[in-house]
Amino acid sequence: MANQATRDAYGLALKDLGERNKNVVVLDADLSKSTKTNVFAKAFPDRFFNVGIAEQNLMGTAAGLAAAGKLPFVSTFAMFATGRAFEQIRNSICYPKLNVKIAATHAGLTVGEDGASHQSVEDIAIMRAVPNMTVIVPADGTETRQAIDFAAEYQGPVYIRLGRAAVPDLFGEAYQFQLGKAALLTDGVDVTIIACGIMSAPARQAAGQLISRGISARVLNMASIKPLDKEAVIAAARDTGAIVTCEEHSIIGGLGSAVAEVVVENCPVPLERVGVMDTFGESGTPGDLLKKYNLTEDAIVAAVQKAVSRKNA
Amino acid sequence: MVKKLTPEQLEELARRAKSIRRNIVSMVTEAKSGHPGGSLSAADILAVLYFAEMNVSPAQAKDADRDRFVLSKGHAAPVLYATLAEKGYLPVAELLTLRKVNSRLQGHPEMKAIPGVDMSTGSLGQGLSAANGMALAAKIDARDYRVYALLGDGELEEGQIWEAAMFAAHYKLDNLTAFVDFNGLQIDGAVAEVMSPLPIPEKWQAFGWQVLVIDGHDHQAIYEAIQTAKTVKDKPTMIVAKTVKGKGVCKMENVADWHGKAPSREECELFLAELEGLED
Repeated sequence: MANQATRDAYGLALKDLGERNKNVVVLDADLSKSTKTNVFAKAFPDRFFNVGIAEQNLMGTAAGLAAAGKLPFVSTFAMFATGRAFEQIRNSICYPKLNVKIAATHAGLTVGEDGASHQSVEDIAIMRAVPNMTVIVPADGTETRQAIDFAAEYQGPVYIRLGRAAVPDLFGEAYQFQLGKAALLTDGVDVTIIACGIMSAPARQAAGQLISRGISARVLNMASIKPLDKEAVIAAARDTGAIVTCEEHSIIGGLGSAVAEVVVENCPVPLERVGVMDTFGESGTPGDLLKKYNLTEDAIVAAVQKAVSRKNA
Repeated sequence: MVKKLTPEQLEELARRAKSIRRNIVSMVTEAKSGHPGGSLSAADILAVLYFAEMNVSPAQAKDADRDRFVLSKGHAAPVLYATLAEKGYLPVAELLTLRKVNSRLQGHPEMKAIPGVDMSTGSLGQGLSAANGMALAAKIDARDYRVYALLGDGELEEGQIWEAAMFAAHYKLDNLTAFVDFNGLQIDGAVAEVMSPLPIPEKWQAFGWQVLVIDGHDHQAIYEAIQTAKTVKDKPTMIVAKTVKGKGVCKMENVADWHGKAPSREECELFLAELEGLED
């Protein structure tokens, strides 16, 4: 199967879901071509509502729809969903635990040339902190489709973080997403690399490169950021004695922090975080930005070597 | 000609509104905090909605076809709780647990805690969007329930209100009727001085709403405005209800300080006696 952006997988999954479940309604804030909700809008114009450039009302209206029994999926860029409308997500959706699904696209640095104003590197931290919120970061098209189907069945708010750029396929059609469960990509004994989203593919690549350097790495894809697979994290710490996390997000508050919390409370081992180093991004191609901000296979290899040397020190 | 209330109905509403006001004063006193001013100003609107208009009942609190009410100015929770207690959704005695730990009666309404609360509110500016969603859901499912929302005048300073105003008109939500509790005061003083949302009727008209301006303490006028709103097609209705903050308690009337202050026990006794006297 060809490489696919998770937002494209979302558009197709949403249309499939719309066919199966007539209760689904979709809302967007003037970005339906970018978020790919236009695929649903074209198929089900009576169940698609553009709220215009008004993210607060986007979340609030979805809350009302859910309170009246509908199953709303709302989309806009991750920056504006979780930044502009944070308080609406918290107070109108999560506090009453309403059944709203937020599929936010263009997350991370790889929104690219639009620059820092449109790059969301704080959204996982923000969403993870809100009670009742479930946070999922799919790594490829298959996992995105699974996550959308899961969200439709799950009762309560779900935040699904999607990307703009195409990513390689990691999972076959047989893959089954499970909330709170990590997926083993490669097994190993010296270190565990825990990654999510677009960083899962380079993490698996890094494991291949590490073999030639005499390091056997376990690689976990952690799409379920909240709830986190604590057992997999504790097992990783016990079995391999060192952990590296990788995410297209600030190192503050995201996957790395979530893993670190579990590790220090249960089984302290050396832990290195690959992510955006408490800085804003800038304009550039997704590839150039990932290089500049050290979100690469080589950066992961370097972090692993550091973690392993700390373990052996 | 729109339907009118009978003298018997008017008498019942006067009785209900008085009981609601008495309970507002009692519960805020007992809680030692809360928002009496904007609760008292809205008491007549809620009395008419719950005792003369809305298709709601505690026995079918979650009925899919019931009318909905969203208290967007969520700090006026006491008026909603007192009205729901009056309607039988919760024991009147429970009102005295307002704002205390382990109570269902949170400082601002929580929908999961109390049957009859249709939306959790409190952070200003968010309720109208939720009401829009409920009205839109009715349209999608071809249900004929109606949605009511109560906004504060100071609340109109929130940007989200105007996002929601645009949306309701754009999607022709004629099953939505909202009220502005236009008492003219907010925490820091007169709305006209803090950050004027005036003129209010013209703004809603410009946003594509049917607008009615009434005396928000006149039960007949409130009822007639609701009936008129039901006849309007293809647009939502805003009923701008001119009210008096603290209505019914002389010492509180038109005093911004009573926005969020509890009476002392002594004051409470005086206020309750005054409210009782209104009957004479």
